[in-house]
Amino acid sequence: MATSVRAEQGGTPPPAAPPSPPAPRGRRRRSGPGGWRSTLYRWDVKAIPYVFIAPFFLTFAAFGLFPLIYTGYLSLNRVELGGTAEWKGLENYTDLATSEFFWNALLNTFTIGVISTVPQLLMALGLAHLLNYKLRGRGFFRVAILAPYATSIAAATLVFAQLFNTDYGMINTLLDWVGIGPIDWNNSKWPAQIAISVIVTWRWTGYNALIYLAAMQAVPQDLYEAASLDGASRWRQFISVTIPSIRPTIFFTIIVSTIGATQLFGEPMLFGGSVGISGGSGHQFQTLSLLMYEKGWITGALGSASAIAWVMLALLLLLGGIQALVSRRNRKKLGD
Amino acid sequence: MRTSSSRRGRRTAAAAVAAVVTGTVLLTGCGSDTDDEAGKDAGKITLRVGTFGSFGYDNKTGAKLYAEYERLHPNIKIEESNVSDGQKYWDTLKLRLSQNSGVADIQAIEVGYIAEATGESMASKWVDLSKEGGADTSKFLDWKVKQATTGDGKVIALGTDIGPMAVCYNKELFGKAKLPTDREEVGKLWNGDWSKFLTVGETYKKNAPAGTAFHDSASGLFNAVLSSDPVQYANSSGQLDWENSPGVKKAWELGVKAAEGGLTAKLRQFDEKGTWNAAFKNSKFATVACPSWMTGIIKDQAGPANQGKWDIAAPPVAGNWGGSFLAVPKASKHAKEAAELAAWLTAPEQHAKVFAVNGNIPSTKDTLLSSTVQNAKLPYFGDTPVGKIFSSAAAGIQPAVISRYDGQVKTFLTDNGILDIEQRGTDPAKAWENVKKLVEDKIDQ
Repeated sequence: MATSVRAEQGGTPPPAAPPSPPAPRGRRRRSGPGGWRSTLYRWDVKAIPYVFIAPFFLTFAAFGLFPLIYTGYLSLNRVELGGTAEWKGLENYTDLATSEFFWNALLNTFTIGVISTVPQLLMALGLAHLLNYKLRGRGFFRVAILAPYATSIAAATLVFAQLFNTDYGMINTLLDWVGIGPIDWNNSKWPAQIAISVIVTWRWTGYNALIYLAAMQAVPQDLYEAASLDGASRWRQFISVTIPSIRPTIFFTIIVSTIGATQLFGEPMLFGGSVGISGGSGHQFQTLSLLMYEKGWITGALGSASAIAWVMLALLLLLGGIQALVSRRNRKKLGD
Repeated sequence: MRTSSSRRGRRTAAAAVAAVVTGTVLLTGCGSDTDDEAGKDAGKITLRVGTFGSFGYDNKTGAKLYAEYERLHPNIKIEESNVSDGQKYWDTLKLRLSQNSGVADIQAIEVGYIAEATGESMASKWVDLSKEGGADTSKFLDWKVKQATTGDGKVIALGTDIGPMAVCYNKELFGKAKLPTDREEVGKLWNGDWSKFLTVGETYKKNAPAGTAFHDSASGLFNAVLSSDPVQYANSSGQLDWENSPGVKKAWELGVKAAEGGLTAKLRQFDEKGTWNAAFKNSKFATVACPSWMTGIIKDQAGPANQGKWDIAAPPVAGNWGGSFLAVPKASKHAKEAAELAAWLTAPEQHAKVFAVNGNIPSTKDTLLSSTVQNAKLPYFGDTPVGKIFSSAAAGIQPAVISRYDGQVKTFLTDNGILDIEQRGTDPAKAWENVKKLVEDKIDQ
């Protein structure tokens, strides 16, 4: 079924193919009216697709590629907001390598990334598995699970900042009932990082669960029937049938979440309130993006902020490369 | 063939109609515009004023100064664009100045950035207001004029208000802690020395109601002490030299002492999460350093329920915290008219009008001594003679030399230094080292 659909879709280009053989003829007879017409037609067929995709690529060049290259240029200069550039070579990068604030931010980005991404993806898998069962009000739950994703970061973070408030927050009140002393969610390093991770996890779990759910629906039902005939429990089916079948999807979500975690900005900034940009009074939850923002817009050192941007890009490419390698090896293994 | 040609015909007709219509619209549009300018508004110009926070000039809630000026000068129309965040306002302004485009005809400058504005990279971007516009600079407080004067003697901005500082205190909490509540007596308790202020704090702590602190924040105290010291972040030649500044050292020591002695409520002033604001409502602390503009904040945050509880006493040492200027960028299209408007807006009479409506303490000498200011009272604070208190505080201000990095260094010292000691118990010596590293990392780019 699927192949036939693809064939139909792929069938649209062929009508474009016939005119190409007479093309040389058209070129020779450019002056003739028929030749002009066929040239036009050829142009129509060949150029129009480019015209249609042009808006994306033009926008990308203006707002994606140019800033990227310009940022790279700025990162080799000493630039102040509103000032002129002064060539510095790689000095911004070597400065970063010796800056303890950079390493601190890098480490924070990593730790917050791990403690938010791992539980988030595991929970999403579990939720997707549950939603994959036939249950009443399935549609409602599937939509409801996406609600946190639709909430704005600002609104969600402000609510969580209230919940985690050390003096008046609900979470500390609840912990108090259980007999656990008040935890300083704002200023102690790990509690603050965990609190931020909770916000990230809350927002993205449903989104990932929906992606998993979509992948799970494509797993052939026969596999489950065969497995249950063999006496496999639900859990066994989940581990041995579901997980291997949706492995490419899992890799996709890992890549997307890693990119998201590396760029983490809004949650720690808003969670920290007025000292959010420096990631708390002792930089206990300052991420790379926050450091970049602080350098660029608070102290006006655009050159060194650009260097951080490029280091982040390099990091992402590196992580992406590693993940691509792992997934390719996996695919080979599956193919065998 | 036929259909296609007829379709083409229809298309051409549609295009022609569209062309005619747009053409007419453009023509009539242009026509009515030129009519307007040529007819009734010959030579009418629009002056744009860029401000942040509240300057009290506007026609809605302010002293209606724009409307008044427009009446006096029928050929001028004034538009104000206001940004609430002062830092963002300044960043945008810097960018626009560097591009020489998009600037307003008059731009307000906060005192924290005036050193940057008069510095070598920016000084040439402004009109010299001692020559243009006819302002009488001798009417202003001398130090206010000096702050806006460049190295080669140009006055690039005219003073609007200043921020003379007093101490606001919660009478009820003072009473419960067995301290005097009369503002004269309270002022005497710490008169002359900020360390006496901490001694009062110790006394307060002994009898204090549970859950309350003497002062709102250690970084607020740091700022108050430093604001009253003639040597702040810069040395006498205007270079950043905060590490060796006796003022910074004194303010740091007192701030740390207050933090470690538990005299503060461990808050951050102006905290976006509103914890500081909530503390006003819940009477969590008894004192706060109080520039004239702080009275409005207390009134709003403590709310009607706490009316009459707060009072204002003289500070241990007079200081200045805040205040602004008006400047005219050279990139302005109507620099001459803008300079005249700036001179008028900052003239003593207008200072008095703004004070009456908005409470901004004037930066002109005569207005400070005028009866409007001297007799001003604040009902929320139990009819405190705020005018007398703040104008006498203003008289005692010892102007400090400021450098272009003051704002940033202050943020590092308070948000990353003292706040870290106060909230996370970081060792003061280590916190000082941290601030040093931060300044090196972020300012010597």
